[in-house]
Amino acid sequence: MSFLGLRLEKRESISPGLKVIAPILTAILALAASGALIRVAGGDPLLSLQAIGVGAFGSMQNLGETLVKASALVLVGLGMVLAFRSKVANIGGEGQLIMGAVAATWIGLSLEGQPFALVFPLVLVGAFAAGAAWGAIAGWLKARLELNEVIVTIMLNYLAIYTLNWLVRGPMRAPGLAGGFPQSQALAEAIWWPRFPGTRLHLGVLLALVLAFLVSFFLFKTPWGYRLRAVGANPQAARYGGINVGRMIVLAMVLSGGLVGIAGASEIYGLHHRLLDGISSGYGYTGIVVALLGKLNPFGTIVASIFFAALAVGMEAMQRSLGTPFALISSIQGLVVLLMLLSDVVIEYRIRRV
Amino acid sequence: METLRASPLVEMRGIVKRFPGVLANDHIDLSVLPGQIHALLGENGAGKTTLMNVLYGLYQPEEGEILYRGQKVRLASPRDAIQLGIGMVHQHFMLVPPLTVAENVILGTPSAGKVLIDLDEAYAKIESLAERYSLPVEAKAPVWQLSVGEQQRVEIIKALYRGAEVLILDEPTSVLTPQEAEGLGKVLRRMAEEGKAVIFISHKLREVMSLCHQVTVLRDGKVVGTLPTTDTSEKKLAALMVGREVLFDVKKGERAPGPPVLEVQDLEAIGDNGLMALKGVAFEIREGECVGLAGVSGNGQRELAEVIAGLRKARSGEVRISGQATTNDSPAAIIQAGLAYVPEERKRVGTIAEFSIADNAILETHEWRFSHHGVLDRKAINQYADGLIRDYDVKTPNRGNLARTLSGGNLQKLILGRELSRRPKLLIAAQPTRGLDVGATEYIHQQLMAAREQGTGILLISEDLDEVMSLSDRILVLYEGQIVGRLSAAEADAETLGLMMGGAKVELPGS
Repeated sequence: MSFLGLRLEKRESISPGLKVIAPILTAILALAASGALIRVAGGDPLLSLQAIGVGAFGSMQNLGETLVKASALVLVGLGMVLAFRSKVANIGGEGQLIMGAVAATWIGLSLEGQPFALVFPLVLVGAFAAGAAWGAIAGWLKARLELNEVIVTIMLNYLAIYTLNWLVRGPMRAPGLAGGFPQSQALAEAIWWPRFPGTRLHLGVLLALVLAFLVSFFLFKTPWGYRLRAVGANPQAARYGGINVGRMIVLAMVLSGGLVGIAGASEIYGLHHRLLDGISSGYGYTGIVVALLGKLNPFGTIVASIFFAALAVGMEAMQRSLGTPFALISSIQGLVVLLMLLSDVVIEYRIRRV
Repeated sequence: METLRASPLVEMRGIVKRFPGVLANDHIDLSVLPGQIHALLGENGAGKTTLMNVLYGLYQPEEGEILYRGQKVRLASPRDAIQLGIGMVHQHFMLVPPLTVAENVILGTPSAGKVLIDLDEAYAKIESLAERYSLPVEAKAPVWQLSVGEQQRVEIIKALYRGAEVLILDEPTSVLTPQEAEGLGKVLRRMAEEGKAVIFISHKLREVMSLCHQVTVLRDGKVVGTLPTTDTSEKKLAALMVGREVLFDVKKGERAPGPPVLEVQDLEAIGDNGLMALKGVAFEIREGECVGLAGVSGNGQRELAEVIAGLRKARSGEVRISGQATTNDSPAAIIQAGLAYVPEERKRVGTIAEFSIADNAILETHEWRFSHHGVLDRKAINQYADGLIRDYDVKTPNRGNLARTLSGGNLQKLILGRELSRRPKLLIAAQPTRGLDVGATEYIHQQLMAAREQGTGILLISEDLDEVMSLSDRILVLYEGQIVGRLSAAEADAETLGLMMGGAKVELPGS
């Protein structure tokens, strides 16, 4: 394949220097391109970029916002790492997160008056189980009936979204709110996840970090993780080697959905303290992006999540302070993702003149 | 001597092609005369395919020049090569399965670029080419319906359709039956008679000797000799190619067979195409016995291996391994019962390309041999992998390298080592040396015989009749899902086997 007299050749070996330089160059390029875009839209590029930086990292509070957002992305992203490592395309993060959030809220409201030490573990288990069950449906249908998991998980997203809509307007709606918002009763303050003083930085951040280590250990140090990766890398070889491929696909979706479910609990207990409509705000999809950008590695996912969270939080700040239109913000995010993917191409391929 | 020598059609001078860490072609000279079949002989990794990819415009050489009919040419892409009249039939065919033969043939030619494609013209031209070179093909059949041999004929017609004067064939006979290979030989001779040049990449000495006029031997990226085949012998060529004397005869020790390790009764199974692939197959293999299963691909060999290994369901019948009924058990249970399996497709089935060599070495055993309390024992895995690399002569700088970096021969050694190190009761070896060079083939044969010596029963599935005849104690011939011939190794010869593989009934004395 050649284009404009140039062609791509896969590199036989990848130089470590390039691996470091390429992302830095990408970042610079991304900044320049974003600046140009802002300029075209009539803004001041330098001022805008500065506003993004300050917005994302400028103060303890801002940093806290960035990390809180990142933690949710990490939790979802870890789930996606497990699914995509076994070559199961879990597009159902939204649904799994919602189910986790619903279960977590329900447990908290049911155990009113119980101490944090009892509620916390039960909430984790409950949210994990709910997300896992939601994921397992798609996994089982794929393993048993060879139904395409992309379609099934997307359908399950709708199911979850409308279930949530109904719950916060019906059975779980907070009583007595005149004119009422569609939301549940607030959880008792005693069972909220503790925060770092002066910020909204909560326990979920620590949890995400711990789970990243656990997922990494599971994937690379245990026979289960080995099998899961084997199924993803070559299902035929895995089957030949005596691995039950269907079982591993279900397992991957159970773990994936479970981790995403915990993200739901984290959003409820760390931020909102009650169940409300639109709890997920697209984490289920962005989680896929961070997992893939992080090379399906738990720690890579952390880095990608912080990057994405910083971008989102910084852009919001820019929007507030400079009135930059939202459409521009989305464009810049898209541009950055595109450039990062391009840098992968540069790392893995060389461009030759034909 | 000749007073008038034909001038070369193609000349390559001082070609150098480097890949990171490898000098694939080291100042190679090659000159091919019209009217000749020129063999390019060498082990895997000797640089044959690289050199031909340079000639076909797929790779750009760092140094050297290419002359076509005495003119210096630059081949930036296969398009340039095709325009000059250089065609190539790759080892892995480049056909689009859902399209018909004619559609595949015109693909990429100007007539396929028109808004309305006139296939009638293509049909006529294909038919005349097919007739002229005796290449029977059905121009209107979709390619996916064709056998491997037919697909190869389509590839040759494709090249001829584009006006090839020089035809490069990369290991063309590795996928053919003896009779099909014979047919191919006739086609190539016909082309040579018409003044075309054929470059024939191979590592099979016998066919090089019988088919080719001239042979250029490559070793480690260098030319170690160019000579007419009339001046040399198989043994001399082998020595040139490997750089040492090669043992052709496999030592097969006498061994009294023990109790049966595999019993197959009335086995029936359905193939991928939904048709009955095994129609009542029955045989047994005893301890320390090597049974060869000869047959043309697609007659049920793969299905038989898969049913025994638990990868395909038997519709009826029974499989016993060491007396234990394993019919339709899970692959894991059958591995535990004592089966080892070297699959035909070593890249797609036998290994995981993106896993390290060490991780590939533990595919079946990671749980019961290399895990303690739910954690993989890295130290034991590394030790085991290093041992395997050493004992089975896998050439690699490091056990951590990805399996896809291994050559075909080394990959096969890794698979064989992994399977044999389990000390299996039964080993199924499917096409164990297909596409491997002389050195690796010799090594694999020795290891198979060593396993037999230690009591492993072997089911050797192979299309290479020499291999089947030299390694087996008994030979079965599979044709259309049935065993149509049972011979002892002593009474088998290539002709009889070849006929049986083609479905002919052969009367054998005493059987």
